[in-house]
Amino acid sequence: MKEWFKKGEHWVWFSASAVSVSVILVVGLISMITYKGLIHFWPHQVYTFQLNTNGHIETIVGEIYQEKFKKVLVQVDEKTSEEKKIVQHLLKVGNRDVYGIDFRWISSADIVNKEMRLAKKVVVVERYEWGNSYGNLHSIKHNGEEIKINDSYMPRLNDLLTASHGIHKEINHIEKIIIGGINNKIEKLRLEQKKLELDNEFPQEIEKNFILQKKQLNLDFMDQQKELDALYKKNNETGELILTIAGDKKIYIPIKNIIKLWQPNEMSFIGDIAYFFSSIASFLIDDPREANTEGGVFPAIIGTITMVVLMAMFVMPMGVIAAIYMSEYAKEGIILRIVRISVNNLAGVPSIVFGIFGLGFFVYILGASIDEMFYEYALPNPTFGTPALLWASLTMALLTLPVVIVSTQEGLSRVPIALREGGLALGATKSETIMKIVLPMTLPAIMTGLILAVARAAGEVAPLMLVGVVKLAPELPIDFNAPFIHLDRKFMHLGFHIYDVGFQSPNVEASQPLVYATSLLLIIIIVSLNLGAISIRNRLREQYKSLSH
Amino acid sequence: MIKTAKMKLADEKILLEVKDWNLFYGKKQALNSVSMKVAKNRVTAFIGPSGCGKSTLLRCFNRMNDLIDVVSVDGEILLDGEDIYAKKMNVAYLRRKVGMVFQKPNPFPKSIYENVCYGERLQGVNDKTALDEVVEWALKGAGLWEEVKERLDENALGLSGGQQQRLCIARAIAIKPDVLLLDEPTSALDPISTLAIEELIFELKKEFTILIVTHNMQQAARVSDYTAFMYLGDLIEYKDTDSLFTNPKIKRTEDYISGRYG
Repeated sequence: MKEWFKKGEHWVWFSASAVSVSVILVVGLISMITYKGLIHFWPHQVYTFQLNTNGHIETIVGEIYQEKFKKVLVQVDEKTSEEKKIVQHLLKVGNRDVYGIDFRWISSADIVNKEMRLAKKVVVVERYEWGNSYGNLHSIKHNGEEIKINDSYMPRLNDLLTASHGIHKEINHIEKIIIGGINNKIEKLRLEQKKLELDNEFPQEIEKNFILQKKQLNLDFMDQQKELDALYKKNNETGELILTIAGDKKIYIPIKNIIKLWQPNEMSFIGDIAYFFSSIASFLIDDPREANTEGGVFPAIIGTITMVVLMAMFVMPMGVIAAIYMSEYAKEGIILRIVRISVNNLAGVPSIVFGIFGLGFFVYILGASIDEMFYEYALPNPTFGTPALLWASLTMALLTLPVVIVSTQEGLSRVPIALREGGLALGATKSETIMKIVLPMTLPAIMTGLILAVARAAGEVAPLMLVGVVKLAPELPIDFNAPFIHLDRKFMHLGFHIYDVGFQSPNVEASQPLVYATSLLLIIIIVSLNLGAISIRNRLREQYKSLSH
Repeated sequence: MIKTAKMKLADEKILLEVKDWNLFYGKKQALNSVSMKVAKNRVTAFIGPSGCGKSTLLRCFNRMNDLIDVVSVDGEILLDGEDIYAKKMNVAYLRRKVGMVFQKPNPFPKSIYENVCYGERLQGVNDKTALDEVVEWALKGAGLWEEVKERLDENALGLSGGQQQRLCIARAIAIKPDVLLLDEPTSALDPISTLAIEELIFELKKEFTILIVTHNMQQAARVSDYTAFMYLGDLIEYKDTDSLFTNPKIKRTEDYISGRYG
């Protein structure tokens, strides 16, 4: 044993155990998030049971979300009481339009006969409004005709649903893309007019032209509006689905309000898997609904990626050029030392401070002056003098600048002096040597900096809340209207989305699985951005691998 | 290698002239008023113990010492009668006329082809046929053509040490300099590669004026026409190689070449 300590073996064990603890933590974290995130997409079974509340019996149908133990004092006789653990179930009962709440805590002690059965034939209906509905199929009402459950029932229902979904798609297309485009043009026209008025250059023929254009756009708008009205009307005519819910109560769900419906207790394993993937797909490509607690996260994905890519475009040139100046041109001395220390310390500044700086400098000073100089005609509505995508990515670029500078400098210092001399000896100037020999060899290090910067920027939330991220953005930062990338728009971000859904939503229980799913997605996006950068870096490294002297 | 008639510096065409040359690293003087003339199309070797200033002097001919902040110089070095340290001298232009090969092979992490035509590309030559010609000529000149002509697009770092050094020579001669500076070009190589390079030097002097720094006195004796012996920043003795090795005039030179120190 003494020998063992003498050899220093215990230090090896210490460090090995430190490594394993970290690995276990990371693996545990990722597997927990993966499990809890993915379970959200798997169809849950629906249970039914009788509940005894103060004497009267109530039938309840719902999905079990959580189970908790509660200690309760139970009176055994007059003197002694006993502490007992009782299971509490968190039940999603849905039908918010009927019950007013989605979730209920239920004590297992109140369940009659302690009997919980799978609810046979129960249908779960996901709706555009009011959340899920749980009940049994009763009939369909369509054009005054009532179709009871028989052979033609299911195909009929499916037909109606498909028709309604088609109409939804059309409405969406017209509202978002066509009318959005027309509105965009009208707004542009209005601003142009204001601009000319401001410059006091508004001759009559131009005015006429403007009025003509506006008329045409308005006419287009009216046409589209008419078409929309027709579609809405058509959608209203798709009929109603009638369900019976617990207690033989009937509820009427307009077909146009149904996203999808499924019978969780009747589905085969393959059906489960199909449901799993289709709900992942709709999570990825749908817009959020019901104050972000339902639906998908598509705008947040787009927002996050756009912001990160823009950030990389800002931070790369800034960081690389600064690093080149500092390590290739600047003279060693007290000033350079101070600059270097400041850069390193910048990395340690709390991110919210960057957010405050971004708000104070970029938004209020830079943005406001841009507005005054170039967008005076739009005032008092701010164009850039308000939190926006541009300011968010610039703030994040500042935040990640030290990372890029430091890793680029390290890369520059690793390029052997012999190669620089080789370049210079062939008659290259210093800048030619840097551009053609030194910089290509520094690329792997620059990519390392970029990887770290992207990981940091994609995960950061606090500063973004100040400079451009919102809970719900009406428009995506990229779309089909020129100039395609709208730097002046606010955007959604996955990190903020997690915070918002998890802590700010009216329905915290309902959104918990969504929080895990979004976290999982954020991790996947960051990891895949990084994997992309790492594979580029490795390919570059391959080129220089035998250059180890 | 047989040298026929006895050579005399006085009979040669002079390409480089060093006049009263002093060099300081900060306050420390590294070269003490060195004066010498270098003959055109000849091989001039610099020998001497470590730290004697022979590499430093060599690096003065293409102003490589400019890269070190603390170096200051005094005196004149004339290339074809032109002061290379004059204010109006374009250093990049000078370095194209005075090429250099370093102690350790330092090929760029690019293809063999790109390494050789690097200097040409810098001057804006991008014509494929012109570059092809230059690359073939330079690689043949460096005796590497036969070995690499099938794999010009491969990374130069895949070559052996000796091949890399000959590639560096090819790279240096591709821009057709007047002078070629070789700073201990074989010190990192095995005997066979060394032999190849020595033979190459013998070929190259037909077209270039070569200055070589070497630690190896046999090498100096084998390849050079003139030899300069330096010691602690002074040029002790400088004359044709035969006489220097067979009949040194100064005691210190004799001690060094007979291996008593250094």
